[in-house]
Amino acid sequence: MSRYLWGACSLFLFAQPALAASDADLDKIRAEVQQLKQTYEARIQALEARLQKAESRVDAAQATAQQAQEQVTQVASAPPPAAAAPAGANAFNPDISLILSGTYANLSQDPNKYRLTGFIPSPESSPGTRSFSLGESELGVYANIDPYLHGGLNLALAPDNTLSVEEAFIQTLGLGHGLTIKAGRFFSAIGYLNEQHAHTWDFVDNPLAYKAFLGTQFSQDGVQLKWLAPTDTFLEVGAEIGGGGNFPGSERNRNGIGSAALFAHVGGDIGFSQSWRAGVSYLQTKPQSRSYEDSNLSGATVTNAFSGNSHLWVADFVWKWAPNGNVTHTNFKLQGEYFRRREAGALTYDTTASTLSSAYAATQSGAYLQGVYQFMPRWRVGLRRDQLDSGHVDYSLNNAYLARPDYAPSKNSVMLDYNPSEFSRFRLQLAQDKSRQGVTDNQIFLQYLMSLGAHGAHQF
Amino acid sequence: MNKIVKLLLTAALLLTAFSARATVNILACEPEWGALAQVLGGDQVSIYTATNALQDPHQIQARPSLIARARSADLVVCTGSELEVGWLPILLQQSSNSKIQPGQPGYFEAAAYVQKLEVPTRLDRAEGDVHPGGNPHIQTDPRNFLPVAQALTQRLSQLDPAQAAQYAARHQAFVTRWQAAIRHWETLAAPLKGVPIVVQHKGFPYLERWLGMREVATLEPKPGVEPNSGYLTQVLSQLQHQPAKMVIRAAYNDGRSSEWLTEHAKIPNVVLPFTVGADAQSKDLYGLFDVTVQRLLGALK
Repeated sequence: MSRYLWGACSLFLFAQPALAASDADLDKIRAEVQQLKQTYEARIQALEARLQKAESRVDAAQATAQQAQEQVTQVASAPPPAAAAPAGANAFNPDISLILSGTYANLSQDPNKYRLTGFIPSPESSPGTRSFSLGESELGVYANIDPYLHGGLNLALAPDNTLSVEEAFIQTLGLGHGLTIKAGRFFSAIGYLNEQHAHTWDFVDNPLAYKAFLGTQFSQDGVQLKWLAPTDTFLEVGAEIGGGGNFPGSERNRNGIGSAALFAHVGGDIGFSQSWRAGVSYLQTKPQSRSYEDSNLSGATVTNAFSGNSHLWVADFVWKWAPNGNVTHTNFKLQGEYFRRREAGALTYDTTASTLSSAYAATQSGAYLQGVYQFMPRWRVGLRRDQLDSGHVDYSLNNAYLARPDYAPSKNSVMLDYNPSEFSRFRLQLAQDKSRQGVTDNQIFLQYLMSLGAHGAHQF
Repeated sequence: MNKIVKLLLTAALLLTAFSARATVNILACEPEWGALAQVLGGDQVSIYTATNALQDPHQIQARPSLIARARSADLVVCTGSELEVGWLPILLQQSSNSKIQPGQPGYFEAAAYVQKLEVPTRLDRAEGDVHPGGNPHIQTDPRNFLPVAQALTQRLSQLDPAQAAQYAARHQAFVTRWQAAIRHWETLAAPLKGVPIVVQHKGFPYLERWLGMREVATLEPKPGVEPNSGYLTQVLSQLQHQPAKMVIRAAYNDGRSSEWLTEHAKIPNVVLPFTVGADAQSKDLYGLFDVTVQRLLGALK
């Protein structure tokens, strides 16, 4: 810039001397020009210096600004200070969840005379007590034990003031290769509904097939090994061994394995809106003097006992639909399970009196199908059909004392539930129960289910 | 014998073919983190997004398909702050995958790297669906992506050190482009400063802070609790004293209550994508905020 200025000045100045030709004048002019040049150059230099100074100040200001901004981003990006450390030793307290429930039942038939005609009775198969009653309260306590294990306890407080351990297990957190080992007491992974706690059921009670074949729910005292395949389609297979002390097994007072189970489940999505899971399972138990009350052909109550092998096959599926996979507004769930059990061994008739033991063989089956539809937020309606087949029963010599009715128990249930939030549920259920031959039990249930404490994540 | 040798050779070849594709398998809980991971990871990552923009991220089920994806994931990228509390814990537990358990390098919570708003002072379910760690919907403020991107880049480099330089380069490119984009959105969105709004769910505190909008009412009486007609009438009468310019909801929200308010309060109803993929325009992170700003401005006219 200074050069242009200088050039312009000299042009202007040299334009005039051409008129005055004297050398002295020329010299004088030259000297003046030289002086001018020097003055301008000095001034220009001064100006340049000032400009440079100003520029560097701007740079400095910009740098400061940038630094400040960086600090701001750093402040924003710095992980927020950890929440004030909770005082005391309770910082490591496990997750605690509590389920409260209560029922009002109106049963047209006496629940104490409940029978599943044609089936050996299992424990806890009665439809419950009449009028108001407290449901099962569940207390769950879960936490990671260390980096390798997770553990939990689930206590069921029954309305008759008895306490039972539903689940108490430890589970590996990451063996790698898709393997998980679980040990202790846990709900067996056979079937679909078996692993789910009562408060997550879609109806007040379990399907008849569960009552007949598993005594509501089968829990193992044992070990489970499960393998999840490294595929995009869900595939898990597993095996369990246990003491087999629960129905359809029994207390055995023997070493070794009393129950063994195998299961396989596959599942996946169909588009965004549908998801499914299907499976097959097998459970073998070896009951030893599994006793039960029955009435003989002359109507007297007798206690019988079964020893032998019990094989149970289960096929299950569940299919869920929600528009775009968004379950909040509407969704639908269809599930069904089929059971087939073969028991063979020896049956002792009237254990208190005769101890007449003879061969026993029975092949029986049952199934249920249910659909639950959330038709608007908070409201769901459900329908369930239960159907059992008492199949083929042979008491051998004891056929002389025990009836072998050819009857297919069934039950229809319809329910409506209202969920003010995801932690509370109120339910109305109507059922027509034809478990007993020749008798129809019309049932009305009102139920509440509440979930307190740690946010339980539910299984599929 | 020959057959067996052939079979073994084929198996070995297949195995090497698989190991040559040493990509980081990412399970992203929400689409915005899937999109961010894609920007930072490029072709070195393979991403499965667990939810889509039309699903309520609070209410997802631990579906078999998700368990299968979690099984083979090297990294899960989630929001955290208890947004996924109803499904992620069981997903991780059933995945039998030690790499992605909380505390492991394969477990990433975006909300841990930003300053959260609405941290409750009182923890009680009577307050509705409150998140103890603060409001988890951090993805509505684009500035929050900068610290998350930085942390995610570090995490990817930690898991895949061989490609650290590429992650750093992509991160640098993202930061430059993203900062310019933020300035662009901020300039565009200047008229939104101080604008009073109604929201359906408390899902936008970060967006409000960013653009300086004022939330005057919420259609959900408590977070996560569906609006009822009584409460909506109350909001309507409140709006007569304290008018709002628009009612905002996320694409996954049920539209009926905000449409009711639109009809009765005569204010526009704005459906924001909330995350990537809610509509054709918000197909990536840039589109998400282009559409967000554009729709908010549209409602002002």
